[in-house]
Amino acid sequence: MDFWQITAKLFEGFGVTCLLFLLTLVFSLPLGLIISFGSMSKFKPLSWLCRTVVWIIRGTPLMLQLFVVFYVPGMLFGLQPFGGENGRFIAALVAFVINYACYFSEIYRGGIEGTPRGQYEAAQVLGMTARETFFTVILMQVVKRILAPMSNEVITLVKDTSLARVIAVAEIFFINEMDFLSKGLVWPLFYIAVFFLIFVGGLTLLFRYCEKKLSYYKV
Amino acid sequence: MAFLEVKQLKKQFGNTRVLHGIDFSMEQGEVVAVIGASGGGKTTFLRCLNFLEMANEGTIDIVGGFHFDAKESYTPKQIREMRLQLGLVFQSFNLFPQYTALENVYLPLQLRTKERIRGEYPFGRARRAAIAAALEENRTRAKQLLTGVGLADKMENYPWQLSGGQQQRVAIARALAQEPAILCFDEPTSALDPELTGEVLRVIKGLKEQGRTMLVVTHEMEFARNVADRVLFFADGVIEEEGTPAELFTNPKSPKTAAFLKHTDI
Ligand SMILES: Nc1ncnc2c1ncn2[C@@H]1O[C@H](COP(=O)(O)OP(=O)(O)OP(=O)(O)O)[C@@H](O)[C@H]1O
Ligand SMILES: [Mg+2]
Repeated sequence: MDFWQITAKLFEGFGVTCLLFLLTLVFSLPLGLIISFGSMSKFKPLSWLCRTVVWIIRGTPLMLQLFVVFYVPGMLFGLQPFGGENGRFIAALVAFVINYACYFSEIYRGGIEGTPRGQYEAAQVLGMTARETFFTVILMQVVKRILAPMSNEVITLVKDTSLARVIAVAEIFFINEMDFLSKGLVWPLFYIAVFFLIFVGGLTLLFRYCEKKLSYYKV
Repeated sequence: MAFLEVKQLKKQFGNTRVLHGIDFSMEQGEVVAVIGASGGGKTTFLRCLNFLEMANEGTIDIVGGFHFDAKESYTPKQIREMRLQLGLVFQSFNLFPQYTALENVYLPLQLRTKERIRGEYPFGRARRAAIAAALEENRTRAKQLLTGVGLADKMENYPWQLSGGQQQRVAIARALAQEPAILCFDEPTSALDPELTGEVLRVIKGLKEQGRTMLVVTHEMEFARNVADRVLFFADGVIEEEGTPAELFTNPKSPKTAAFLKHTDI
């Protein structure tokens, strides 16, 4: 097995990793916002429900959640929701989306609740509606406040994608594992590290750029 | 009937009764200062007037403005409309940090103009043109107001680039932009370093000369004495005493007023 063969295989697995990463963000970012509104709701049963879900999801290992999503529907109800060709990938995606939406919802909540009351009141006395207040006044302050915790969480997600391996999703580890194990090659492990480092490095630069873009105001 | 008339206004938070039935009226063009010890309910009074708190009992009337009765219930839209009759300047300025001084003044104004135009033109190009025209008009107005408070050269600055006194003057311009019938201030200089209070008080004094109707909660006794037409002394949720500055400061009738004034140096 030469260098180029392994490189090609790594790229193949890394493609799946990237896809899992991107799709998780696409779904969990908005879902997190919905959950955060739910947990801040004045309707007690709803906020209680949302907070309990967040507590359970944040309080148990992601690996466990992957197993539960993939195996439990079949074991308990005889359902095979993840039976198709991409079933394993979709199961992993569902678990990641739920997990990350919960983490994001707490970040959003912190950002929204961290907005001083005076900002809402100033908007109110100027005759703004609740909607106008959120979109013209509060949102950009929240964005600025959550940027740092979000960048942390997103970078963690890059590395967490490797957990999908436990339900045999063909991400970068799974697809290459046989090679290291059977052939006793060590260097591909470090090669994988390079993939992650470059990816995370790129994200770090992206977030730094965003921070800079938002540095014209202070909250 | 007086221009603003407040009758038997009561407010409690849970079991804590804060306002015990405020009766108060003021005329157009009048400047009324509100003084009193901490916890007396001055802020709560202003907040009830601006509907940031809903009074539990009582009525508020503004001639040509609105009639509010705590017994009735109001929709958010009705409350917004009543609120716009009054302006409120906060102790902590509460400028929007992501907007420049100029944007802070004209954006809220622009939102209200848009709402009005949407009501007049159902859709289409005429509406867009009207909104665009209003934008220019509002920007010009905002610039005039900022110039009026002495900030012609700071319009493009963000709040963090302004001193406390400058921020408060932007906040005053922003409140004026809505053309409130009555402008309320809640300790507008209390968050400022002493050397910055003067510039804000001068602006308020200037507004008085323009004939604005203002209700100013303040700890600046000298300001209350020299600028206000009338002074209210708040104690424990009631207006303990009111009168012209000369009467109240030199010859307080209530022992509570006398005791309060003794502990404040003027
Ligand atoms: N949201 C609230 N919930 C409970 N109690 C409140 C609330 N707002 C005000 N109070 C109470 O109402 C009383 C009057 O408060 P208020 O802020 O109106 O006084 P103030 O005259 O403005 O005092 P200061 O001079 O310190 O600003 C205080 O005892 C305060 O604790
Ligand atoms: Mg107060």
